Amino acid sequence: MTVATRPLAATAGANTPAFELERVRADFPILARKVHGQRLAFLDSAASAQKPRAVIDAIRHCYEAEYANVHRGVYWLSARATQGYEGAREKVARFLNARDAAEIIFTRNATAAINLVAYSLGAGYLKAGDEVVISWLEHHSNIVPWQILRDRLGIVLKVVPINDAGEFLLEDYERLLSPRTKVVAVTHTSNALGTITPISDIIRLAHAAGARVLIDGSQAAPHRQVDVQALDCDFFVFTGHKVYGPSGIGVLYGKADLLRSMPPFEGGGDMIRTVTFEKTEFADIPNRFEAGTPPIAEAIGLAAAIDYVTALGFDRIAAHEHAVLTYATERLSDIPGLRIIGTARKKASIVSFVLENAHPHDIGTVLDESGVAVRAGHHCAQPLMDRFGIAGTARASFGLYNGFDDVDALVDGLGRVKEIFG
Amino acid sequence: MSDLRELYQEVILDHSRQPRNFRRPDHANREAKGDNPLCGDKVAVFLTIEDGKVTDVGFQGRGCAISMASASLMTEIVKGKTEAEARALFESFHDEMTGKSTCHGAAAGELDKLTVLSGVREYPMRVKCATLSWHTLMAALDKAQTVSTESDDRL
Repeated sequence: MTVATRPLAATAGANTPAFELERVRADFPILARKVHGQRLAFLDSAASAQKPRAVIDAIRHCYEAEYANVHRGVYWLSARATQGYEGAREKVARFLNARDAAEIIFTRNATAAINLVAYSLGAGYLKAGDEVVISWLEHHSNIVPWQILRDRLGIVLKVVPINDAGEFLLEDYERLLSPRTKVVAVTHTSNALGTITPISDIIRLAHAAGARVLIDGSQAAPHRQVDVQALDCDFFVFTGHKVYGPSGIGVLYGKADLLRSMPPFEGGGDMIRTVTFEKTEFADIPNRFEAGTPPIAEAIGLAAAIDYVTALGFDRIAAHEHAVLTYATERLSDIPGLRIIGTARKKASIVSFVLENAHPHDIGTVLDESGVAVRAGHHCAQPLMDRFGIAGTARASFGLYNGFDDVDALVDGLGRVKEIFG
Repeated sequence: MSDLRELYQEVILDHSRQPRNFRRPDHANREAKGDNPLCGDKVAVFLTIEDGKVTDVGFQGRGCAISMASASLMTEIVKGKTEAEARALFESFHDEMTGKSTCHGAAAGELDKLTVLSGVREYPMRVKCATLSWHTLMAALDKAQTVSTESDDRL
C-alpha cells in the first residue's frame, strides 16, 4: 500500500485548525537531543510522556520562588504554595469536569489511586462472595489490588473476555453482571493494545446492576477530553506523567458522597480534624485521603501540563494523533512478517506488534540504535499477552509531538531489524 | 550499526536460529526453570550428572536472540565438565558480563567460545538475557527448582 499524500508536519483533520507539529516539538526540550547520534523518535509516551518547557518551568518556579509546606504555615510562602497546590486541584476538577474540587484526591500515581479505592472499599463495603469485575485488557495495576482484596476478603474476581481484535465484549460483560457484582473496574484505553473500551455502556450497565464503577483513565487522559459527570463513573483515575506532567502525582476522582462514605486509606498528618490518644476525627474530603505532605511541586507541574494540553485542544490533539496512528498502521501493515496485535475499531495512538524471527527485545535494541525508542515486553499486562499466546510485543505509542517522520524512522529501523534477523 | 554487528555476531544469530542441545536429555537427573519476569523470557535447563560430571545437558525455552544463543553456547561448553568446573565457568562468565573482570583465570581457555557474547556488556539492559540460562544451570546444580532474574540480586 502506498500513501499518496504524506504531509511532513501538519496533519490536522478536515474541521480542525492546523496542528503545527514543529512548534509543538520546540516546546519539548528533550526532543532536541540526539540518541546514538540520531534524531530522537520517542515512541514510548504510553509508558511516560516527555515534558514541555511550561511544566519544567512551573516546577522550577515552585522550588525557586514559592515553595513551602502546604495547609499549615501562617506565613506568606506557605500560603502561596497552598494556593498553587489547591489551584492545581481546581484545575484538575475542571479538566475532568468534576462538580467539586473536593472530589479530586492527589495520589502518587494511578496505581496508588486504584489501591486507595480497593483498600477503602475493602474496609466495610465489600464482603466475602461479592464480585469485582475487571477485563482482560487491564494493566497489572488494575488486577493486583483486587487480587490482594480477593485473598484477604474472599471476594470473587470476574474477568470480561475480549475478541481476537482486542475488543471488549460487551455482551459477555453483561452476562457477568449480577446482584453480587459490587465493583466494576475497567480501563478506558488498553495500554498494551490501544483498544478504547465502550465505557459509557460499561458504566450504565454496572449501575443498572447496582455496582460501583472505577475507570482506569491512565491511557485516556492524554488523548481525549474526559467528562466524569457525563460518564457518571463513580471513580476515575489517571496519572500525571502520561499527560505530559511530572512523575510522582496521580489523580483519583470520586463522587463526593461516595468518598465521604469511605474510610481512609492511610493515616497521618493533614488527614485529621482532631487527634487525641483515644480517638481521631478524620478530616473531610479531599484531605481525608491525603495523609502526610503531598506532592506539592508535582501538583503544580500537573496543573501546567493541563494548561498545555488544554491550550492545544483535545480536538486537534486527537485529530493529529489519529492521522499518525493511521499512517503508522498502514506502513507497518506493509512489512512482511509483521503482525499488529490489537486491531480494535476504536483505538488510541498505540500500535503493538510482533515480527517473525525477531524477539521484541532484539527489536527494541536495534531500533534504539536508530534513535527510535519503543517499549518491548509484556507492558505490565501478562494475562493479555497470554490471551494472544505471545510473551510480549514491541509497542510504538504516539504522543502529540510525534509525526509521520517518527513513523518513517520506525519503519526504517525495522528494515535494519530484518537485515539482521531475516 | 557497528555496535549492533558486535552484539549480533553471526555466531549468535546462528545459535539463536538453530539452538544446539534444544532438548530434554533422556536420562536427565537435574533440572531447573528460570524466568525473567521483566521480559517474559523462560528457559529450562536439564542435566545428566554422573560421578560429579555433566555427561549431558540440554535446554528448552523461548526468548530473545541473546538469551537463546547464550543458552545454546552454554550447553556446548559445560558438557563433559565436572560440577566444580561448571560453577567456575559460571563465575567467570558472570564477571565478564557484569564487567567485573575480563581476565578469566583458570577458565580463560574455555571461555574463549563465549567471547562472541562480549558485545552484550555494552548493553546493560540486555545482560540478564545472556545470564538467564547460566543462572538456571546453577539452580539445577544446586538442586533448586526455579530461579528468577528478579530474585537474585547478583543477576
